[in-house]
Amino acid sequence: MATATARTANASAPPPPQTELERRMLRQMLLIRRFEEKAAEAYALGKIGGFCHLYIGQEAVAVGSLAALRDDDYVISSYREHGQALARGVPATAVMAELFGKATGCSKGKGGSMHLFDAGRRFLGGHGIVGGHIPLAAGIGFAIRYKDGDQVCICYFGEAAVNIGAFHEALNMASVYKLPVIFCCENNRYGMGTAFERVAAVTDVVEHACSYDMAAEVVDGMDALAVYAATERAAERARKGGHPTLLEVRTYRFMGHSMSDPLHGVYRTKEEVEEQRKRDPITQLAHKLKEAGALDDAALDALDAEARAQTDEAARFAEQSPDPDPAELITHVLAD
Amino acid sequence: MATLTYRDALNQALREEMQRDPNVFLMGEEVGVYQGAYKVSRGLLEEFGPKRIVDTPIAELGFAGIGVGAAMAGLRPVIEFMTWNFAVLALDQIVNSAAKILYESGGQVPIPIVFRGPNGAALQLAAQHSQAWESWLSHIPGLKVVAPATPADAKGLLKSAIRDDSPVIVLEGEMLYNIKGEVPEGEHIVPIGRAEVKRPGNDVTLICHSKTVTVALKAAEQLAEREGVSAEVLDLRSLRPLDEATIVKSVSRTNRAVVVEEGWPQCGIGAHVVDVIQREAFDQLDAPVLRVTQADVPMPYNKQLERLAKPSPERVVAAARRVLYLD
Repeated sequence: MATATARTANASAPPPPQTELERRMLRQMLLIRRFEEKAAEAYALGKIGGFCHLYIGQEAVAVGSLAALRDDDYVISSYREHGQALARGVPATAVMAELFGKATGCSKGKGGSMHLFDAGRRFLGGHGIVGGHIPLAAGIGFAIRYKDGDQVCICYFGEAAVNIGAFHEALNMASVYKLPVIFCCENNRYGMGTAFERVAAVTDVVEHACSYDMAAEVVDGMDALAVYAATERAAERARKGGHPTLLEVRTYRFMGHSMSDPLHGVYRTKEEVEEQRKRDPITQLAHKLKEAGALDDAALDALDAEARAQTDEAARFAEQSPDPDPAELITHVLAD
Repeated sequence: MATLTYRDALNQALREEMQRDPNVFLMGEEVGVYQGAYKVSRGLLEEFGPKRIVDTPIAELGFAGIGVGAAMAGLRPVIEFMTWNFAVLALDQIVNSAAKILYESGGQVPIPIVFRGPNGAALQLAAQHSQAWESWLSHIPGLKVVAPATPADAKGLLKSAIRDDSPVIVLEGEMLYNIKGEVPEGEHIVPIGRAEVKRPGNDVTLICHSKTVTVALKAAEQLAEREGVSAEVLDLRSLRPLDEATIVKSVSRTNRAVVVEEGWPQCGIGAHVVDVIQREAFDQLDAPVLRVTQADVPMPYNKQLERLAKPSPERVVAAARRVLYLD
């Protein structure tokens, strides 16, 4: 099967010089930002249906963490996964086409925004039940260990998933079986419209690791390099001893929970969102590179123009792609 | 042919498939050190070691999900539930993960997994531990569901299930583990999706599966002895896919049918079988099709009440008499 096909690992490649890594991360974050803005536009025009959860504000988490991993590592995520798919290298055209429900989408138009898959890149979804995919990540880790591999599986979920049983069962077993999994909690502070502190007895997600004797770290999710470094440490822990790690990456979503929700209002104030926007991970990284003399306005504009061109092309591709053939209705129900 | 218990037939299937394919492993509560809550995995830990016979905490949702994840990454897990009553806690993983991932990934990620364990009532285990889940499970596209009644079918269907690239639900029975029967030597495979006539007959078809096969066979005996009625006993064996052709063929010949199952009446397996019959054999029917199910109540603890709740040969005989207009 496709997921079992080994891909060339880049483990032996020397780590990129920091500014080069940062430039690469900036480029990816810009791509995600512009892609999501385009998705919002297409949603408003009715070209994307159903639920559509945007990643704007959280770009540093996907980009920083995936930059620290190898091509043969596994990635699994929740329904807010456009950013991770793009950071993993799933072509923007295939992701946008999937959002449009087209046959050329990365899941052939059958998954949509919440179920992006690219088995060849070991990007294993896109899962729509809060917390439901956390045990799947442990299972992928189990398979890695079973085959004596040195890969890791990174699993993204929001802080709201920490209140569900699947999280606790998976973390316990990952620790008992010593599974090479990075549990990456993207704490954006709100489960839909409910502030975490209103529904969680323990508001520091990282504390939960104590219950499972697991390594853990709190990470600034607005700092791509910090996320990169923490992921690198977690990956090393996983590759050496198969030990899992819980990362609590503190971030913020600048948009509503999904396209049908308001940006602010009943559950958070406009002022709060504006205050958080000052921590914009893209602005921060661009500023840092400029300070270091590694980027000027013209170069930043060029990167941004490139990101816009890519998303324009993705939207054009999605628009022009065909719907799935009606015969596709009944394919892929069973494997035979 | 060797005579084996249903339990040992399942054990043989697991052992042979694990010997054949190193990617097959067994995971569940008490499967290793304890040798299986019902001893289905007896001796497997010694032969295959703890890497492949994996004891779990009591966390059905968690270990079912680990199984699905392992299947996504290329293994072939066999997940044992101590009973299907506990598997209800894992339904999210069965329904939302195992049954959906191939489809929602556009065919990229198959889930070759088996979920197995005892289903339905045993004796005096009361309401929470005595439930038959096949109508719930066979409702779901993306799953296959089998319910073997004999040791030979148990072995052959479990082997097919392990080799299948789709998720397969194997419904066993606590009251079946001790029954004995002949099992063919050597490679013995029963294909998924084929019903089998367990007793041929001409006057009425008794359609059944799993534990109700024994009930139907007893009823057929009584009908022959006391009424001179020749009842055909048709064991569905697979509930999804359902062998509609064999059902239609039998009923078209006998012109009458009674469907027997352990589940509750509403939306039961029998309801679906009746739908098949009325659609495909309407003109061949000489009487309305009747159903014998568990009483439409949570299972009582009291022995007499429990007996009244379960499908029995007497109730099947009574239903057969009605469709034959003998009353």
